[in-house]
Amino acid sequence: MSAPLLRVENLRTYFHTAEGVVRAVDGVSFTLGPGETLGIVGESGCGKTVACLSILRLIDPPGRIEPDSRISLRDRDLTAASEGEMRSVRGNEISMIFQEPMTSLNPVWTIGDQIAEALRTHRSARPAEARRRAAEMLRLVGIPNPEQRLDEYPHQFSGGMRQRAMIAMALACDPSVLIADEPTTALDVTIQAEILDLLARLQEQLGMGLIFVSHDLGIIAQIADRVIVMYAGQVVESGTADELFGRPRHPYSEGLLRATPRVGRRMRRLSVIPGSVASPKRWPPGCRFHPRCPYAWSRCREDVPPLPGEARASRCWLEEEPARRTGGWDELALAEDH
Amino acid sequence: MASDIDRRASAERSAAGTTHGPLVLVEGLVKHFPIRTGLLGREAGRVHAVDGVSFEIQRGETLALVGESGCGKTTTGRLLLWLLEPTAGRVVFDGQDVSSFDRLGLRAFRRRAQIIFQDPFGSLNPRMTVGSVLREVLQVHGIARRGTAERQISELLDAVGLHADDASKYPHEFSGGQRQRIGIARALAVQPEFVVADEPVSALDVSVQAQVLNLLVDLQRRFSLTYLFITHDLSVVRQIADRVAVMYLGRVVELRDCEALFQGPLHPYTQALLSAVPDPEAGTDRQRIALSGEVASPANPPPGCPFHPRCPHPGKDETCSCVVPPLRALNGGAQAACHKI
Amino acid sequence: MNEASGRAEDRADGGRALTAAAFIPGLAHLRRGRRRAGLSLLGLALAMLAVLAFSFDRVASTFTAGRVDYWVAMLTLAGTLAAAWGVSLRAEWGRPRQRAEGTSQWAIAWREFNRNRVAVLGLFLMCGLYLATLLAPYLTSYEPNAIGDIAATRHLPPSLDHLMGTDKFGRDVFTRVLYGARISLSIGFVAVSISVTLGTVVGAVSGYFGGAVDTVLMRFVDMLISFPRLVLLITVIALFEPSIFTVIVVLGLTLWPATARIVRGEVLSLREREFVEAARALGLASPRIIFRHIVPNVLGPVIVAATLGLGNIILIEAGLSFLGLSVQPPTPSWGNIIDGGREYLVQAWWVSTFPGLAIVVTVVAFNLIGDGLRDALDPRLRI
Ligand SMILES: Nc1ncnc2c1ncn2[C@@H]1O[C@H](COP(=O)(O)OP(=O)(O)O)[C@@H](O)[C@H]1O
Ligand SMILES: Nc1ncnc2c1ncn2[C@@H]1O[C@H](COP(=O)(O)OP(=O)(O)O)[C@@H](O)[C@H]1O
Ligand SMILES: [Mg+2]
Ligand SMILES: [Mg+2]
Repeated sequence: MSAPLLRVENLRTYFHTAEGVVRAVDGVSFTLGPGETLGIVGESGCGKTVACLSILRLIDPPGRIEPDSRISLRDRDLTAASEGEMRSVRGNEISMIFQEPMTSLNPVWTIGDQIAEALRTHRSARPAEARRRAAEMLRLVGIPNPEQRLDEYPHQFSGGMRQRAMIAMALACDPSVLIADEPTTALDVTIQAEILDLLARLQEQLGMGLIFVSHDLGIIAQIADRVIVMYAGQVVESGTADELFGRPRHPYSEGLLRATPRVGRRMRRLSVIPGSVASPKRWPPGCRFHPRCPYAWSRCREDVPPLPGEARASRCWLEEEPARRTGGWDELALAEDH
Repeated sequence: MASDIDRRASAERSAAGTTHGPLVLVEGLVKHFPIRTGLLGREAGRVHAVDGVSFEIQRGETLALVGESGCGKTTTGRLLLWLLEPTAGRVVFDGQDVSSFDRLGLRAFRRRAQIIFQDPFGSLNPRMTVGSVLREVLQVHGIARRGTAERQISELLDAVGLHADDASKYPHEFSGGQRQRIGIARALAVQPEFVVADEPVSALDVSVQAQVLNLLVDLQRRFSLTYLFITHDLSVVRQIADRVAVMYLGRVVELRDCEALFQGPLHPYTQALLSAVPDPEAGTDRQRIALSGEVASPANPPPGCPFHPRCPHPGKDETCSCVVPPLRALNGGAQAACHKI
Repeated sequence: MNEASGRAEDRADGGRALTAAAFIPGLAHLRRGRRRAGLSLLGLALAMLAVLAFSFDRVASTFTAGRVDYWVAMLTLAGTLAAAWGVSLRAEWGRPRQRAEGTSQWAIAWREFNRNRVAVLGLFLMCGLYLATLLAPYLTSYEPNAIGDIAATRHLPPSLDHLMGTDKFGRDVFTRVLYGARISLSIGFVAVSISVTLGTVVGAVSGYFGGAVDTVLMRFVDMLISFPRLVLLITVIALFEPSIFTVIVVLGLTLWPATARIVRGEVLSLREREFVEAARALGLASPRIIFRHIVPNVLGPVIVAATLGLGNIILIEAGLSFLGLSVQPPTPSWGNIIDGGREYLVQAWWVSTFPGLAIVVTVVAFNLIGDGLRDALDPRLRI
C-alpha cells in the first residue's frame, strides 16, 4: 500500500458548553490514500460533520480539538499548524463540499467570481487567468455553456447545478483531498445519481483522495472503496465496502443494514434498531451501542470494547467471544411480532 | 386488550361504510398558484403545481404518491384534504363531493380525513404540551368528556408507542422519531378513516424510520385506515404501498400495483427513477439510466409530455413535444402516460 | 442505637432549620444552594421591614390619613412581605418539582435570562423602582406639592434632610422624583399595554387571513407609521387638554403599528408552519388557531418590543412634559421637574439633575431587560 495521504489519529473534538461537555467526536482514527475513496457512514448526530470540519480545523469555540489528536497531511502535522498555514491548506490542498448547495454559495457574487476567488487567493492567479480556469472547471463538472454561466448568480442555478458549481469551486486548486459531507442529501435521486457519477469520474481523472460522508448505506456502497461506520462519536467498524456490506461484523452495522429499506425487494417487515442514539453529553458506559444491541451482555455494559488497528476491524466484544453471536436481530424481530 | 378507541373506531366504520366504491376519488385535479409581482400584486404567471391528476383510493389500501421534489405531491395531498381549494377538478370522499360540504359538513369531514407531516420539528406547537394538544382535539370534536379525556390520551400515546407520562412534556423534549409518533397520535385522535402521510419518515434516521414505518403499518391494520403515502423514496414505497402513483411536474405518469411497478416499470421516467435509487446490495455494479438536464420549472412547464426534454426513450419524436400524453389504461390494470407504450 | 440517635438528631436539626426557614425568608433557598434567589428574598424582606421600622408613624397614620396612596403603600408593604414569606415557605415545605413535568419554553427562557447578569441587574432596578413608587408615602415625610416657607427652604442643596435638595418653591426634590416616577412609569405601562394588545390582535389577524384584510390593515399601519409621531402627539394634545389621560391614549394609539408589524411578520412565517396546518386539518376554528396556537409563539418578540418600548415611552413622556404638553404642574413628573429646574441650572443643579438621572437609570434598566429577553427568547438558541 502506498503511503497515506491523510492520517487521522485519535481525533477527539469536544464542545465545552454551559450544559456540559459534548463529546461529538471521541477517538476517531483513519487513513486515506491517494486515489482512494473512504466512505464515512452513520446516523445523524454521530459526529461525521464535526470530524470533517476538524480535519480543516474549522471548529469554533466552545468546540475544541483535544490535545493528543493528530491529523497529518502527508508528513505535515495539521494539528500543530498555525492559522495562516491552515488557510493555505483549506480550499487548496484539502477542499470540502457541504450538504446545502443553497447556503454554501454567496448569493451576492456570481458563480464565476466565487470559483475564481479560490484561484486568486491560493494561486495568485490574474483575473483573466482565473476566469479561464473557472470556465474550465465548470465544463469539467458538466455545466453546459460555462463562459455564459460564469456571470450568473447562484439563484439562477438549480439545486443540482449549484452542487456542481460547489464541486468546481472545491476542485479549482487541484486539492489532493476532497471532503464531501453529504453532498447529495438535499438533491433528488436522479440528480444525486449524476453527482455521484461525476464525483467518481473526477476522482479517477484527478487522482485525489475522497472522503465521502453520508447517512445512506446505498450511496456509500456505490461510491466507496473503504468504509468506516461511526456511532456515537466513534468508529465502530471498518473494512472494504464489499466486506462491510457483504458481511457486517458490528451489531450496529448489521442492524443498520437490515433496517434499510431496499428497492430491490419487498421485506415482510422492516427490522428495527430499538431506541435512539443517546445524548452526546452522556454516552452510555461500556460499549456505547449496548442499550440498543440485541447481543449485549454484562461485559458490554461495563467495559469499553477496543477497536483493533487493522484494516478490517469491529469495536465489539463479540470479536473476542464469537460464540455469543446467537439470536440477535432475528430474535428481536420475532419478539416484536408477538 | 381491545381498548376504547378500537371499539369506537370499528363501530363508526360499520356505520359509515354504507356506500361502496372507492373511499377517495379525485378527478382532473388542477392547482395553479399565481405568481404575483409589484406593489399591486399583478399576476405575472402561474405555478402549475398540480396539472390534471385523477386517481382513486380503495378502502383499506395504501396508495403511494412518489416523485421528485416540487412535482406537486404535497399540493395534491392538501387538495385531497381540502386544505387548499383546487383551481379545477373535484375530490369525492366516500361518495360525496367535498366542495359541496358546508361548515358542519367540512368539520365532519375533518374528523374522517387526517394528515401526518414530514417535519418532526415544525409540525408540533412548541408552546403546548403533548397532552394539551391531544386534549384540545378531543374536546373540540366532542370525542371526550372531561372525565375520559385523560384515559383516551394515554391510550392514544400507548397506541403510537409512547408512555402516558409523556403527556406532560413539551415537543422539544422528544427525539425526531418520538415527535413523529406524537404527530401520528394527533392525527389518530379524531379516529379518522383516511390519512394523508406527507413524507412521514423522510426526515428520520434509517433505524428510526423503520420503527415509524412499522408503526404506520400496524396502525393501519388495527384501525382499518386508508393511506395516501407521499414520499420521494422509492425504497420505502416498496415496503409499504399496495399501489403506486408516480408524479412528474404536476401529472401522474404511471399508476399501478406496487410489485408490478418495481418488477417492470413502464414509463421511461419511472425506469430512470428506479435505476437511480442506490441499494447497498447492488453495490457499484448496476446499470443506471442517465437522465440529462433537470426538472423543468412548474412555473414554465414544457409543452407536450412534461418529461420529454429529459426523456431517454430512443423513439422520442415530435408527438412527445407537442401532445400531452393522457394517462391510459393498459392491460393488467396498469395506467401510464406515454405515447411510446 | 448510635444510628437511631443520629437520625433523631437529623430530624431535630431538620426541624430547627425548618423553623428558621419559616421565620427568615430566603433561608430555604440558600440551604438548597439557590444563592441569588435566597439573597433576593432576604433582601426584599429586610427592606420592607426597614421601611416599617423607620417610618412606623407614617405607616400607622394610614388608618387616619384616609388617602388612597397610603392604602396602596400599605397593601404593597404587606403584600411584598407575605409574598417573600410565601415563596420561602413553599420552597421549604412544598413538594419538590416532579421530573415528569415538562419544561416549557418559558421556563427555558427564564433560565437563559437568569444567566445574563446585566439583564438580571436591570430587572432588580426595575422592581426596586416600582416598589419605591408604590411605597412613596412611607419613604418620605414631605408632600410633593406642599409649599412651606419659601424663603427658608428655597434651593437647599442635597443634605440628609433633603436627599436631593429642594426646588425654587422649597419642595423636596426627592419626594417629587418619587411621586413623579408614578406618572412616568404608569404612563409607560398603560400605553405599552394598549399598544401591545392592539398591535398583537391587528398583526395576528392581518397575517393570518392575508389577502384584502391584510392589505387594508397594513396600508393603514404604513400610514400611521409614516406620520411623524411627535407632530401627531403635539397636534392631538393641542386639540384636547394636556392631561395624563390624553398622553396615555395618544401614546398607546400611536405605538401599536410597530407591534402590529412585528406580529404580522412572525405570523406570516408561523402560518406556513405545519402545526398550524395540522390545526386547520383537525377542524379547529380560526380564532382558536390564532389565539391558542399562533399568538403564544409570537409573544417572545412582542415582549422584547414592549420592554424596549417602555423605555422609549418614558423618554417621550419626559420630552412632552418638558415641553409642557403632558402632566401639568404642580403634579410632578420627571419631565416637568427638569423643566422647573432649567432656569436655575447653575445655582441649583440638583433640581434638574436627579430626575434626569432617574430617567437614565430607568431607560437603561428597561433596555438591559429588553436585550436579555431578546437573547433568552431567541428561538434559534433552542434545539
Ligand atoms: N457548535 C456545537 N455546539 C455543541 N454541540 C455541537 C456543535 N456542533 C455539533 N455538535 C454536536 O456534535 C454532535 C455531532 O454532530 P455532527 O457532526 O453534525 O453529526 P452528523 O454530521 O454525523 O450528523 C451532535 O450531537 C451535535 O449536537
Ligand atoms: N403556496 C404556494 N404558493 C406558490 N407556489 C407553491 C405553493 N405551494 C407549492 N407551490 C409550488 O408548487 C410546486 C409543487 O409543490 P409541492 O406540492 O410542495 O411539491 P412536492 O411536495 O412534490 O415537493 C412547487 O414548484 C412549489 O414551489
Ligand atoms: Mg452532518
Ligand atoms: Mg412535499
